[in-house]
Formats: sequence, structure tokens, C-alpha cells
Amino acid sequence: MVLGVVLAVFFLLRLVPGDPARMILGERATPESVAALRSQLGLDQPLLAQLGDFAVSVFTRGDTGTSLVYNVSTRELILQRAPVTLQLVALAVLFSVVIAVPLAVVAARHKDKLVDHLVRIIPTVGLGMPTFWVGLLLIILFAVTLKWFPVGGIGTTPWDPLRSLVLPALSVSLALTPPLVRSLRSELLEVFSADFVTTLRAARIPERRVLFVHILRNAALPTLTLLGVNVSYLIGGTLVVEQVFGINGLGSLLFSAISNRDFPVVQGVALFCALSVVMISLLLDAAVYRLDPRMRRA
Amino acid sequence: MSAASEPPVTVPAPPAVRTGPQTFLARARRSPTLMVGLAMTLLLLLSAVFAPWLAPFDPSAQNLTGGLLPPSAEHLLGTDQLGRDVLSRILFAGRTDLRIAFLAAIVPFVVGVLLGLVSGYFGGTLDYLIGRLVDTVIAFPFYVIVISIVFAVGTGEGGIYVAFALVGWVGYTRVVRATTTALRGSGWVAAARGGGLSHGRVILRHLLPNILPQAVVLLMTEIILIMVAVVTLGYLGLGVQAPTPDWGTMIHDGQAFITTKWWLSALPGLAVIYTGISLSLVGDGLGDAWRVR
Repeated sequence: MVLGVVLAVFFLLRLVPGDPARMILGERATPESVAALRSQLGLDQPLLAQLGDFAVSVFTRGDTGTSLVYNVSTRELILQRAPVTLQLVALAVLFSVVIAVPLAVVAARHKDKLVDHLVRIIPTVGLGMPTFWVGLLLIILFAVTLKWFPVGGIGTTPWDPLRSLVLPALSVSLALTPPLVRSLRSELLEVFSADFVTTLRAARIPERRVLFVHILRNAALPTLTLLGVNVSYLIGGTLVVEQVFGINGLGSLLFSAISNRDFPVVQGVALFCALSVVMISLLLDAAVYRLDPRMRRA
Repeated sequence: MSAASEPPVTVPAPPAVRTGPQTFLARARRSPTLMVGLAMTLLLLLSAVFAPWLAPFDPSAQNLTGGLLPPSAEHLLGTDQLGRDVLSRILFAGRTDLRIAFLAAIVPFVVGVLLGLVSGYFGGTLDYLIGRLVDTVIAFPFYVIVISIVFAVGTGEGGIYVAFALVGWVGYTRVVRATTTALRGSGWVAAARGGGLSHGRVILRHLLPNILPQAVVLLMTEIILIMVAVVTLGYLGLGVQAPTPDWGTMIHDGQAFITTKWWLSALPGLAVIYTGISLSLVGDGLGDAWRVR
């Protein structure tokens, strides 16, 4: 899979219609500078040699080349920007779990009542909600009108960064909440009607204990799996939301690289994101495996 | 034989997707979800088709002295920074964004369904290779890969079509492959083959009708995702290029005035959400009527 990802990133440059060097430098570039860039990017080599060089660079140095603008390795640039983005992703996951779990519990407990119907509207509305637009609405409400949070940027005092990440993380999490609510609700409904729940109730175990100890624990694993499925969507949304709030993470690196036509950096960000997705999914799979005794026995 | 008569309990239910047209229509008519969704979608399409007649102003007509006006009787939704009528621009932007979303959804649908059928029906090496390809595309965050491809191919409508043709098919392939694999073992597939039908005929005439409902329900979701992506690309400056009105660029342009003229960014987003809800209801309703999920 990692090999496929590296290949895909390599061929991204080949998607450019015509000469990538000319596309990067623009129509008015001299033939000499185009030729120079072609040799810098290795475009004058045979395709297989290019692919070999690219793969060696990726696997030995974790690098997709040297940035055409900053003249440093893409690895360095990405490692500089990645922490903010990863914090944002982590905070967004936390928020969406905190929002989705109570909603799903309430809906499942009052199946087919008004609350349930209201909660079930969320995925219908949420599907077509652009994440960046949600971010703007949050800015209008919480930053402009209520002035609780900054409009953008990261701030300078030690406490500021966390405060500035709240609204962006909330925007991203609101995109993840709808699918999470939907599947958690149906998961809970299934657990509610399971035999062991009936047994617990028959044994006069307090309802609260049944719900919080036994049912939620059983519904937690599918939620974890679902987070793994959505992690790729989550990272993509985070990069876009960074733009809305002016946060200097991987998103702004990607978009400034795009406007500078800095191809190695675009490839580097794409590769880093895809590899993160692969890694996080593997970790979550491993976590589910560790936590679920049925999986270990199988 | 009346449809309402209770079947004996011992008879297993027929395969969920194999329902006759009458039962489907009957269920569809009784589904408020589908009916509301269709009505909302119809309204949306009509407003897009008739935008030139509905819009009170030319969407690109500038009036620099009448810029950033709040909503009023003359300009129902106010004007933007160049004095263009916001309502007219929203209507015309719907034409652009909906056209792109629907057109961009076609190639992935056809390719994805066919690959899924072939992959599930033949299995083996072909199935393995298609599976790896799916895994690779899925590893990339959707927006990262779409943005990168649009950047490489060139911004604007053309780039959008290429990007979705390259990545949009995976969802269909996954779903269709799973169902086809399950159906491949059933007796009627063996019977069709034993009756001397070619692989192509079995796939297109026998398997395809069985997986189509599922794929169409997914298509509704995919159109919404593509529309949101088109709007997002517009917002980022990589999608529809000015002066063609587009909901994404409108939201972007309004962001500069967010502290005072919040509606400039908020209203085009509502149009996006309305579209999402309409198509989502149609998808849910169709899913219920076909009894697929």
C-alpha cells in the first residue's frame, strides 16, 4: 500500500499536460532556465531512473526533493508545519466524540421519539455542509459577535494557541459528527436489544450502570473503527479549515506551495498526509484488536 | 394474488433488491422522505434552469457606487463589494455548481460500477489489483488528492472533471464489488452461465440490475460530496474562475467583510446546504423504497 502511495505521488507530476518545468516557470521563461529546472527535477532522465531516484529519496531520507522556493528539503518544511495540524486533528477527534456520543445515546434510548428524529436529521443536513463554511459561521458567532475566541491566527501568549485551535477544531469535528452519530446510533440500538443487556436488566443491575459500563463499552469499538475509516476525510478537512482561520500548518504549506508552483512540496504534503492516514488506520486496527477479546480469539 | 397477504413464516424473504417495479413505485409514493426530496430537488433544478428569467439583475453587472448594500426591497439579498446583486449571483452560481457536480459524477459512476462488477465477478488477480488500486486512492485524504490533481492538471472546470474521474470511482467499486462477490455464488448466476450466456451478458443483464439500486443511492451521496468539493475548490481559488459566479468564490469574497456584512458569506453556504439536504433526502428515500442501504 505504501508503495502504491509513493507511485501515485510520483505520477502526480506526470499529470501535468505538457512540460512540468514550463508549467512551473510560466510561459515567458527562457529555454535555458526551463532546461535547468528540468535537470534539477530530474525530468531529463529516463522515466524509470526518475522513479528510482524518487523512491530512494523517499525511503532513505523521507523526502520528495528540495523546495523550489525555500531551497530546503521538503521533509524539513513538513516536520515544521505538521505539529499544529496534528494537534488540530486530535482536538477535532476529541470534540466529535464528545458531541456524537451523547447525541447517539439519547437518540437510541428514545428510538422513534421526537429526539431520535431530530438527531437523525443531523446526517442529512451535515452531508452537504462545507467544512470551511461552518468555520466561517463559527467565526461570525463566537469570534465576531460573542468575542470569545480570536478570529484567526495562533496568538503569542502560552495559553493562546489552544484557545485559537478551539474554533477550527470544532468546525472540523462538526463534519465528522454526522457519520459518527449515524453509525453509533444504529450500533447502540443493536447492543440495546442484545441478550446480555436483557440479562443485566433482569438481574436488577441499575439502568445507569448497564448503559455506561456495559453498553457504551460495546459500542466503543465500532466507533474506533469508524474513526479509522474517516481519518482521511478528517485530515483533508483540517487542511482546508486551516486556510479559513489563517493557521500555519500543513494546509497553508500546501496552498502556498500551490500558488508558488512548488511541485516537490505539494508532492511531499500529499505523501505525508497519505502515509499518516495509513499509519493511523493501522494503529486504530491494532487498538481494536487489543481491546476486543473476540478478535484475539478468532 | 394480493400483495398484502401475509407470507408463511417459514419462507425466507426474497433478496432485498429484487423487487418488481410496482412494489417499488408503491413504496416510493408512500415515502415522504423521497417526495419531499424530489420536490426540493425539482425546485432547485428549476431555479437553476430558469436563473436567467428569475434573477432580477445581471449577475456580473457591477455598480461600484452601490456596493455592499444590506438586503432591501430592490436587492432582496443585498449587493457584494462590486455592487453586484447577491440573489442573482446565487441563482447563477447554482447553474454552474450543479452542472459541474452532476457532470463530474458521471464518469466515476460508470467506471466505478463496472470495475466493481468485473472485480467481484471474476475475482483472482484482477480483483487483487483493483483492490490495491482502491486502497491506494483511499489512503489519500479526499481533499488533498483532489486539490493536488486539480493543481497539476490546471485549475477550473477541466481540472475538476479529471480529478473526480481519477478518484471518485473508488466508493462505487468497493460497494459494488462486495455485493457482486456475494451474488456470484448464487444459483441463478450459475444457471445463467450454464445456459450458455457469455460473461459479459451475465454481468450486464443479470448482475448489473441487482447492484444498480445500491449504486444509485450512493450516486446521490457522491453528487453532494462533489458539489461541496467544487464549492471548496472555488473558495480556495482553485475551482470555477471569476467572473463566472460560484458559491465557493462568493463565500470567499464575503469573508473579507465578515465582521460587518456576514450574510455575504452565510447565504451562498445556505444554498449549498439546501442542495445537500434535497439530494440526501432523495438518496435516503430511494434507499428505503428499494430496501437497500
